[in-house]
Amino acid sequence: MNTKPIIACENIVKTYHNAGVDTAVLKGVSFSVAAGEFVAIMGPSGSGKSTLMHIIGALDTPSSGTYYLDGSDVSRLTDDELADIRREKIGFVFQAFNLLPRATVLRNVSLPLVYAGVAKEERERIAERALIDSAFPQAFWQHHSNQLSGGMMQRVAIARSLVNDPALILADEPTGNLDTKTGEIVLHTFQSLNTGHGKTVVLITHEPYVAEHADRIIHIRDGAILTDEKNPRRRIARGES
Amino acid sequence: MKTQDLWEETYSAVTVNKVRSGLTMLGIVIGIASVIALVAVGQGAQSSIQANINSLGANLLIVMPGASRSFGSTVNAGRGTAETLTPDDATAIASQVSNVAAVSPEVQTREQVVASGANTNTTIEGVTPAYAQVRNLQIADGVFISSQDVTAANRIAVIGPTVLQDLYGDPNSNASATPADALGQTIRISGQDFTVVGVTVPKGGTGFMNQDNMVFVPLTAAQHYFLGSTSYVTEIDVEASTQAAMTQVQNDITNLLLQRHNIPDPTQADFNILNQADIVSAASSVTGTFTTLLAAIAGISLLVGGIGIMNMMLTTVTERTREIGLRKAIGAKKQDITMQFLAESVMLTFTGGAIGIALGWLAAVAVTALAHITTSVSLSSVLLAFGVSAGIGIIFGYYPARRAAALSPIEALRYE
Ligand SMILES: Nc1ncnc2c1ncn2[C@@H]1O[C@H](COP(=O)(O)OP(=O)(O)O)[C@@H](O)[C@H]1O
Ligand SMILES: [Mg+2]
Repeated sequence: MNTKPIIACENIVKTYHNAGVDTAVLKGVSFSVAAGEFVAIMGPSGSGKSTLMHIIGALDTPSSGTYYLDGSDVSRLTDDELADIRREKIGFVFQAFNLLPRATVLRNVSLPLVYAGVAKEERERIAERALIDSAFPQAFWQHHSNQLSGGMMQRVAIARSLVNDPALILADEPTGNLDTKTGEIVLHTFQSLNTGHGKTVVLITHEPYVAEHADRIIHIRDGAILTDEKNPRRRIARGES
Repeated sequence: MKTQDLWEETYSAVTVNKVRSGLTMLGIVIGIASVIALVAVGQGAQSSIQANINSLGANLLIVMPGASRSFGSTVNAGRGTAETLTPDDATAIASQVSNVAAVSPEVQTREQVVASGANTNTTIEGVTPAYAQVRNLQIADGVFISSQDVTAANRIAVIGPTVLQDLYGDPNSNASATPADALGQTIRISGQDFTVVGVTVPKGGTGFMNQDNMVFVPLTAAQHYFLGSTSYVTEIDVEASTQAAMTQVQNDITNLLLQRHNIPDPTQADFNILNQADIVSAASSVTGTFTTLLAAIAGISLLVGGIGIMNMMLTTVTERTREIGLRKAIGAKKQDITMQFLAESVMLTFTGGAIGIALGWLAAVAVTALAHITTSVSLSSVLLAFGVSAGIGIIFGYYPARRAAALSPIEALRYE
């Protein structure tokens, strides 16, 4: 396995200041993720998982500590510099899908490339490739995203996270809004992207069952890492039959 | 982000909610349409008044009796009420002032005119042959008053086309009278018989400028039969030979008349000289104020339309908070978001502006057709309207766009 770290967090602290009250949400988190890993970050609601994901996703910067993404320090960048990092290196998948409802699947998937300044034909070519990679049925490519089921929407979101060929795919509770069966299909898509295409995946969840699909599980509680260990009994999700 | 993509994003955002975009645009449509239509009415009034004044004659100076008063009151307080100008003054101007092309002494009165059963009350103008030149008057048929007519005080008359219709037109038929119906006929003016020898070409115009509703007779005949005195005239019109000479001619006439009337103090002058250029500029400033007022009223509705745009854009930003968060998460920069929302408001105002220009133009055409008011839609007001509508989009869209761009992606994604 490749050992070059994609994520390297050193003593990450995040404190919110609201109305004179300081809330320490992350209290010194250190870990690293190598390229090609499939890591689950698990913990109960309110433990700071999303806050951590915002920092490793370059959506936010830590109050203190250093974060190296793909070898470069991104913990002290400006908003626009962070936007560049996100566009080039990270694909996001959210619990609420966050698709443009009245746009077609193809347009949703190619949206990140609009901000990368890629020309239209090229955009659609790359988007089609990403849809194929995430096993999204071609019959629905021209459907509007609000005509799709939740499982289908989440796979559009996964395809969208792939179009800019990111070093890292970050998914925050991606199965949280799905039933068990469609959740399984989504997990299968992540697993095949990881094993089949070598993508690094960081999956955030509060459900142990979902976390067990990863090959390494980091438990966090009250803003600190509790355990960080390999998952010897990795579950294999079944795709559509 | 490429410009073409920006417009595609904008187009789809604007067309998603067509009813709301349409209603928001309506404010701008009404604002721009009223600016175009009202300015067209104002400028139409301005150009028709200027045309009227210029049709009076070229390089015209009008010498009137009475103390110097403001332009408006001089016109309204009956001319000729004072009897300070004499026919000799006119002769002196013609012989002693240089750069004078023609001098036309006149007397004016209102009398009842009767002809073969019909009658009308109209202005009787006692004139010399110079009048036709000075006042740019043309004869449609027959002849104008000659110097022999003036010398002999002949009882001949030249009538305007309005008088022709009033006297010889048949009110029960649509067919209008022709000059042939009047030429050689006798009309009675204040009990005196006059023979019609000419009919003038219609000039249009209104109020004191309307020469169509006049009867012209020899100066001496008017003095003899209607005024009962040959000692004064009610107006002397002077045509300067060139535009450039008008100031000099006006000054020379002032000095000459002050001297002839033995008035040492110019502020005590018993006459008043109107310069055609002064009349044009006075009228222009009145119609200009009128146009500005109309434009200001229309501008207020435009402002209200702009506030409507801002209101809708703020609502849009709130509604699309999650979308903005997503766009930022996948790599949109502040500027990309600012541009997108600015482009939306500019597209709304620009489209509204284009529709407004078309509607305003139609409204101006309708006003001309239905109310017979001259209107003129100028290229500059169309360009201005385009500029203003785009400007409103930028000004009123800027704040909502900045609000959208400043949203933190985390807050925006979390927004329910
Ligand atoms: N902007 C903020 N200001 C103050 N507290 C916050 C803010 N964002 C998150 N928190 C708090 O941080 C804690 C962790 O939140 P979060 O990272 O969303 O947890 P998780 O995703 O594990 O449920 C929560 O108690 C939450 O209330
Ligand atoms: Mg969370």
